[in-house]
Amino acid sequence: MAIEHTETTEHVVPKRVYYTIFVILMVMTYTTVQVAYFDLGRFNAVAALLIAFFKASLVVLFFMHVKYAPKLIKLFVLGGLFWLAIMLGITMTDYMTRTPQEFPMSRVNTVQPLPAAHVPTALLG
Amino acid sequence: MSTAVLPRENYLNTDYGLRSWFLTTDHKRICILYLLTITLFFAIGGAFATVMRLDLATPAADLVSDETYNKMFTMHGIIMVFFFLVPSIPATLGNFLIPMMVGAKDVAFPKLNLASWYIFTAGGCFTLWALISGGVDSGWTFYTPFSTLSSNTNVTLAALGIFIAGFSSILTGLNFMVTIHRMRAPGLTWFRMPLFLWSMYAASLIFVLGTPVIAITLLLVAAERVLHLGIFDPARGGDPVLFQHLFWFYSHPAVYIMVVPGMGVVSEIVAAFSRKRIFGYTFVAFSSLAIAILGFLVWGHHLFVAGISVYSALVFSLLSYFVAIPSAIKVFNWTATLYKGSISFATPMLYAFGFIWMFTIGGLTGLFLAALGIDIHVTDTYFVIAHFHYIMVGGAIMAYLGGLHYWWPKMTGRLYPEGWGKLGFITVFLGFNLTFFPQFILGYMGMPRRYHAYPPEFQTLNVLSSAGASILAIGYLIPLVYLLWSLKYGPIAGPNPWGAKGLEWTTSSPPPKHNFETTPIVTEPAYNYSELEETAVV
Repeated sequence: MAIEHTETTEHVVPKRVYYTIFVILMVMTYTTVQVAYFDLGRFNAVAALLIAFFKASLVVLFFMHVKYAPKLIKLFVLGGLFWLAIMLGITMTDYMTRTPQEFPMSRVNTVQPLPAAHVPTALLG
Repeated sequence: MSTAVLPRENYLNTDYGLRSWFLTTDHKRICILYLLTITLFFAIGGAFATVMRLDLATPAADLVSDETYNKMFTMHGIIMVFFFLVPSIPATLGNFLIPMMVGAKDVAFPKLNLASWYIFTAGGCFTLWALISGGVDSGWTFYTPFSTLSSNTNVTLAALGIFIAGFSSILTGLNFMVTIHRMRAPGLTWFRMPLFLWSMYAASLIFVLGTPVIAITLLLVAAERVLHLGIFDPARGGDPVLFQHLFWFYSHPAVYIMVVPGMGVVSEIVAAFSRKRIFGYTFVAFSSLAIAILGFLVWGHHLFVAGISVYSALVFSLLSYFVAIPSAIKVFNWTATLYKGSISFATPMLYAFGFIWMFTIGGLTGLFLAALGIDIHVTDTYFVIAHFHYIMVGGAIMAYLGGLHYWWPKMTGRLYPEGWGKLGFITVFLGFNLTFFPQFILGYMGMPRRYHAYPPEFQTLNVLSSAGASILAIGYLIPLVYLLWSLKYGPIAGPNPWGAKGLEWTTSSPPPKHNFETTPIVTEPAYNYSELEETAVV
């Protein structure tokens, strides 16, 4: 009887692929450290996250075999990322559109104290 | 007709001894383990509710101190949500039925299934330890900055308990999804599947996609308390509202974890006791997925008064209304299924009717809360309490009890006493409505939640509510007693006492260890009742 090849048949990856990916990951870690020495202003975090995302993708694609997996598995991986995008994206509808007026507490520090003559005597107690 | 004896060999008598139960990988035995565990948690959670309702019978704070009261509602919420409602239908009925409905011998990963129960129990023990060693007072929602900066109770321990139990949810969801994808019997296409499987698939999606978020969020709370990270602390550049975003990203969909499996149960029951295929099968199937997906887009309606931006509130308000569409599709389609059906009012069907009615009330009042203006008026009042109890208790627990009665003969091989079943339903139904309907009015009048003293003018409604709670408690005890009684004295059920369609009814009751003698082959759509000869049901 012939052995049936199903979708779950394990894909054999040559060892050199793993070694190459490992070297790339190490290089990218070194890059992360080096980039940290440059002040990129607001892009500091963006740079670090881009490198991290690239590294995570390599791990998922090669070490976790998603590159060789059936389409359904890829769909689920993309689904996870899409859900992360939902969480971050819709949360940002709040953070990107907050205006200072909506933060009474944030104005406390910027408002100049009233001259003493204007403070109601009841409050001076 | 049913034979007068139980099958000689079934999953309950293949092995004996504690070891055969605690090391079992049989999905049916794991269902029983979950059933016992969550019943215990339900009793504990119910005890906390009892103390609250007793305290609220009088306006004065005269039964427990305010600190104790805070702990009571917190532990009631934590136990009921994370250790009863979330696992209720999926871990018990889901575990028992998914492999049987797909025509398989077991779930895809039987050992992982047992591991899930152990993880759940370990998480529960952590939380119980938090409870015994002093309790928690942050509310089940763990809102920051109170939970991170002010509360000096066992927040960290309780959060870790929920964190651990979360892994059980993730693994169970994963197991169910893989089972439904990979282990369907020959001929069982996606659109021949019973709707219970569709709804369990949708709930599993939420388990897998949502639970990691609550786990990490609670871990952050614990880390913030221990290490003072400053993620939620404004003094360190954090934002307490961020906690609410992350918390509700899971916890709103968690409501659908509770109610979507319930909808699956109701679909099965309505079809079986109307002797009809569910009207609009495809719509009902996809509406489960739609609820699971849309449920992830609406969490912000819990934050309308928390300080989110007006724009964000508008977006969340609009998205929240969208969830009403698939929910209404289900309710209308169940109702349409009844039309010209051969309806019988057996106990499971009564619970299904109860579900439809309560879920409709709970759902419609949810629309009030999605409206920005009304929400600001009733936020943190008893209106909200009433609303979500109509969904969680009136909806999810009704469906759970309905499902338990419907599949009880399959699980145990014996029938429960029908008269007592109806009495139990009526008691639960009356008790529930008497408990929670007055709370809508109390909330509308402005009584805030989480206070154990209130102005005297609210007393009448509170007394009604407390009286209802005691009726409800009796209502839950009645099935507990007669279901246990039926284990020994119930009439032998036979393989299919309801004359229902579905693979689970084609095998003996209780089923053999591997469910089916031979792998079933499916040749017809689900709920193919039109081919059945007219038979009287119970």
